[in-house]
Amino acid sequence: MGEQVGLSFDLLVNALIAGILLGGFYTAVTIGVSISFGILDIVNIAHPAFIILGSYIAYIVNARLGLDPIATSVVMLPAFYVLGAGIYQVYYESFERRGQEALRGLSFFFGLLFVTEVMLILVFGVDYRYVEAPYIGPSWRIGVVDLPLRMLVPCIAALAMFAALELYLSYTFIGRAISAVAQDQLALRLMGASPIRIKRIAFGISIATAAVAGALLIIIQPVEPSVGREYIGRVFAICVLGGLGSLPGTVIGAMLLGIIESFTATFYGPSWAPAVAFGVLLLTLAFRPAGLLGR
Amino acid sequence: MRTRVFLLVLIAVAAVVFFAARLVSNDYVFFAGYTVLQFVVLATAWNILGGYTGYVNFGSAAFFALGAYATVFLHKLYPLPIPLLIVTGGIVSGIVGFGMGYLTLRLRGAFFAIATLALAIVLQTLVVNWDYVGGSRGAYIIRPNEIAFIGPYIQYLFLLMLALAVIALTIARGIERSQLGYGFATIRDDELAAEASGVPTLRLKLVATTMSGALMGMAGAPFPYYIGYLQPSSAFALDYAVNSIAMPMIGGTTSWVGPLIGAILLGSLQQIATVTISSAVNLLIVGLLLVAFVIIAPNGIVGLVQGWMRGRAK
Repeated sequence: MGEQVGLSFDLLVNALIAGILLGGFYTAVTIGVSISFGILDIVNIAHPAFIILGSYIAYIVNARLGLDPIATSVVMLPAFYVLGAGIYQVYYESFERRGQEALRGLSFFFGLLFVTEVMLILVFGVDYRYVEAPYIGPSWRIGVVDLPLRMLVPCIAALAMFAALELYLSYTFIGRAISAVAQDQLALRLMGASPIRIKRIAFGISIATAAVAGALLIIIQPVEPSVGREYIGRVFAICVLGGLGSLPGTVIGAMLLGIIESFTATFYGPSWAPAVAFGVLLLTLAFRPAGLLGR
Repeated sequence: MRTRVFLLVLIAVAAVVFFAARLVSNDYVFFAGYTVLQFVVLATAWNILGGYTGYVNFGSAAFFALGAYATVFLHKLYPLPIPLLIVTGGIVSGIVGFGMGYLTLRLRGAFFAIATLALAIVLQTLVVNWDYVGGSRGAYIIRPNEIAFIGPYIQYLFLLMLALAVIALTIARGIERSQLGYGFATIRDDELAAEASGVPTLRLKLVATTMSGALMGMAGAPFPYYIGYLQPSSAFALDYAVNSIAMPMIGGTTSWVGPLIGAILLGSLQQIATVTISSAVNLLIVGLLLVAFVIIAPNGIVGLVQGWMRGRAK
């Protein structure tokens, strides 16, 4: 009897720790959308597709040159930034300026999501790909707690990225201008900053985070092109749960969803996990659409 | 043209299509035609919500699959005639559409779109975990070879889908010319102003989601009989989601003609491309066309033709 209680307590603690580690990783996946959707009001549903693109770049470089996936993603940051800035320019010229972002802008991102996924299928096929790194495999054991490095390293990297972005948004001129875009564009213009330029920079940053998130994703699990779709529900659920436009809210939302999913997987089986995010999303929208730390 | 006259004309056109297809006396025509007609229904259904009110539904596959799985579920209980299954599929998807709308349509439009995206994933999770309807292994539905009066079963299915297309187009055109349609248009053009001048926007949006969802479910209901072996991955295929958006967007979203043109063009193109090239390439073409059209020709083919005619008139 005592054995059984001890066992389920271990299970509980480990499910909690696994959830927190997973939540850390979800922060990296969501933070880009938190900027584009939360601050800039651009419903970029194609974000997960760019994450998968990041995963495949990490995979190619890892397979060909043996480079560390996280290091690769840091090198790729400028390229993803330019990609994001370019996409924003097209989005602005074609939709935002004409006030057509609701129907056509959304369809545009849906098309991008779709095209990216199909192109990856055409080039790489639907086989699962994975990377090799020294921290994939071993795990630390502290008492009854299991800390797989495969989860711990992405969690730490994700939180580091969050901290860097939060500092950037709070303490630099451009960072503060980005936060201001959401609040008062006229005041921003009076300060001598062009809202379009600020939004382009912010959207570039949001896509750049996808490079890192993609590398972290392929460390955690093998990736195939359609994996990104599972993240659409999650990403927006976290965003809404945390409160739009709040990066600390995103971390809290990500941790919460990670813990809930981890418990569901431990007690009901992993095949139910994708449904959890949707439940959280619908409940939040129904009862507290402003989220936990919403503006 | 009155709606009744329009319906009669459509029925006449449908009859011509059916007998012309029989003249070819090759079953492939019916198999390919069924798919194209299914897209006509899906695109028209999508457009009732997306084109008329401006709310984007990314979950067409979910509503379609709901109809298909309602059929599988009922088929296991007792084999019913397909027209009844179509009605049930429509009711199930309509209810889900209403529920989704009720939870998310009071908020900004983007939330509804996101919720529909996630709906497809959740319903697929449910079906994969539900052994009664086949789970991840899928379910077999044995299609009879023949049916009385018509002959080969595929011709019967084709005829049913033809009837559904006629119904969907008549509904869409009827809405356009009714008070309901003007109400929808006010929501699309300026929801805040509509609300302020006393248009019951939430109620209208719920009517649109319910009708649109129900039609998609009706399109899905005969699908298990068509395919014979229904897997979650084929019922929830991304093809449905992307095509039911791309077809109205490429055809033109402001009237019932747009989705019809888009569905016939893209549907036939894909039937040819799937045979001659691979199915991944043909989805890539649809995706690229969608992106190109929303950027370059926001009002689709109908808009291009109207612009060209206006240019000539000057």
